[in-house]
Amino acid sequence: MSDRLGTGARGDFPLLGREMRGRPIVYLDSAASSQKPRSVLDAMTNYYETINANVHRGAYEIAAEATEAMETARAEVARFVNAPSADEIVFTKNVTEAINLVARSWGGANLGPGDAVVITEMEHHANIVPWHIMADQLGFELRWIGVGADGQLDLGNLDRLLDGAKLLGVTAMSNVLGTLNPVRRLADAAHGAGALVLVDAAQYVPHLPTDVQALGADFLGFTGHKMCGPTGIGVLWAKAELLEAMPPFLGGGEMILDVRKDGFLPNRIPHKFEAGTPPIAEIVGLGAAVRYLDGLGMDRVREHEVSLTAYALRTLEERYGSDLAVHGPAEPACRGGVLSMSFRDIHPHDLSQVLDDRGVCVRAGHHCAKPLMRHLGVPATTRASLYVYNDTSDVDSLADALGAAGDFFAR
Amino acid sequence: MAGLEDLYREIILDHYRNPRNRGELEVPPAVQAVGFNPLCGDEVIIYVEVSDGVITDVSTGGQGCSISQSSASMMSTAVKGRRVAEVRRLVRAFKHMMSIHGTGIGGTGDDLDDDGDGGNGAAEVKLGDLEALRGVVKFPVRIKCATLSWNTLVQALDETFA
Ligand SMILES: Cc1ncc(COP(=O)(O)O)c(C=O)c1O
Repeated sequence: MSDRLGTGARGDFPLLGREMRGRPIVYLDSAASSQKPRSVLDAMTNYYETINANVHRGAYEIAAEATEAMETARAEVARFVNAPSADEIVFTKNVTEAINLVARSWGGANLGPGDAVVITEMEHHANIVPWHIMADQLGFELRWIGVGADGQLDLGNLDRLLDGAKLLGVTAMSNVLGTLNPVRRLADAAHGAGALVLVDAAQYVPHLPTDVQALGADFLGFTGHKMCGPTGIGVLWAKAELLEAMPPFLGGGEMILDVRKDGFLPNRIPHKFEAGTPPIAEIVGLGAAVRYLDGLGMDRVREHEVSLTAYALRTLEERYGSDLAVHGPAEPACRGGVLSMSFRDIHPHDLSQVLDDRGVCVRAGHHCAKPLMRHLGVPATTRASLYVYNDTSDVDSLADALGAAGDFFAR
Repeated sequence: MAGLEDLYREIILDHYRNPRNRGELEVPPAVQAVGFNPLCGDEVIIYVEVSDGVITDVSTGGQGCSISQSSASMMSTAVKGRRVAEVRRLVRAFKHMMSIHGTGIGGTGDDLDDDGDGGNGAAEVKLGDLEALRGVVKFPVRIKCATLSWNTLVQALDETFA
């Protein structure tokens, strides 16, 4: 384990210096949003203090510097996920907007009655609801890959589901179960059936080395705030030829080459999909986040999380046995550091309240995955999630707090 | 910072462990309404039967945390056998107690007190055991848990008289 990870990384994150009720904060909700390192905050402040100006327009020096900073960040993000070209990186507000962009623009132009889109039962609502909306409008069929008892996708009838499908949408890692899905295998099967592949990589890009080409994706979205970056910035990566062929999503400034009374000429990619003034400081912040993660090394981030997840699963099993269920794959190498728990019959809302009383931040609820919750047969779970700054002491604090909650509700 | 004891009063835990008026009523004559808490996925089902302006029977179903379930249980005992007009006043008084504004804690909360009476008149309504839920206001994210069954009851009553 690298000493720059875990305890070694904590000092990089100002918020983690905070105390909650006299104890250091135990932040175990990075799957919802990660904390931000000082370097990201500094990059954004520095942008505002030294080069703030609108991009792609002004002829003066700071406007050129702002544009340069934004386009440098785009290139860094492209390199981070091994995109063949920075022109394939479209900045959006978050991954939700990235998926909506695909559903509206590509879907609007390519889907209709008789077509099918295949998604999985473990998708986040962000990769469900846009397809519901478009299915209502366009009349295509929405098909579902189910989840098996082991928290893995049930691929038994994959060929049948893909027959006649035009797109397969899949999360690379479940935000509830931690399951790492076999994206490459799914992509090969989808391509074999003539379908494109959209990957929701919101929980993948922050935690594993990502290579969009090796994954075999056609579209891949992720979100800045879960990967040490600011809120308000997300990314859609898509193959250039797809972006070229797709109609614009939002219309306005930045996304045009020419506007006349009888029409407009869209800008070249990626700007064609970036209408209006972009979130420049957030883009700069995302660039700094990518540099920070590169500095840690994504291989080491993954190693750190696998060993910490193994420690957590072991510790919780030793202390609570069958009183505590962690949903999803049991093998740390097959999953991410997302631990969705059911503890005795204590409702997740009540459990997280007692944990909060001890400064342990976890998430209780359906995690925007209601179809999956129905499959699991629970209304909600209590989810603890691990990231670069967590270490075994955080897991121990979680385990202690669970014990306190058990005592509290047993009284 | 409010302690857990402010939230989890003994009477609340008692109603959670031994919910009163739990079950279903036949529809019709009863009317059924379902309420969702989109934040946590909790779901409550309220059945009411009204005759001659009196709530003759009430039953609750669904699933949720100790606060939402105990609030539903306490609500059911508080409204059963009461006149609808009286119950509507009770609902107002309860929601007033559950508004951050109503208890004089700063900040913007649930603007549940949207009937414009600013809680006037609500103060005279006796809340009795329901007072135990007052501590919930110190935990703003839980207010929706406490008010879920009450809002659902109002839905059911509105439907009864629709
Ligand atoms: C798998 C997955 N997809 C999509 C999202 C949505 O992210 P955002 O709200 O940043 O668009 C999340 C996180 O909430 C997620 O975990």
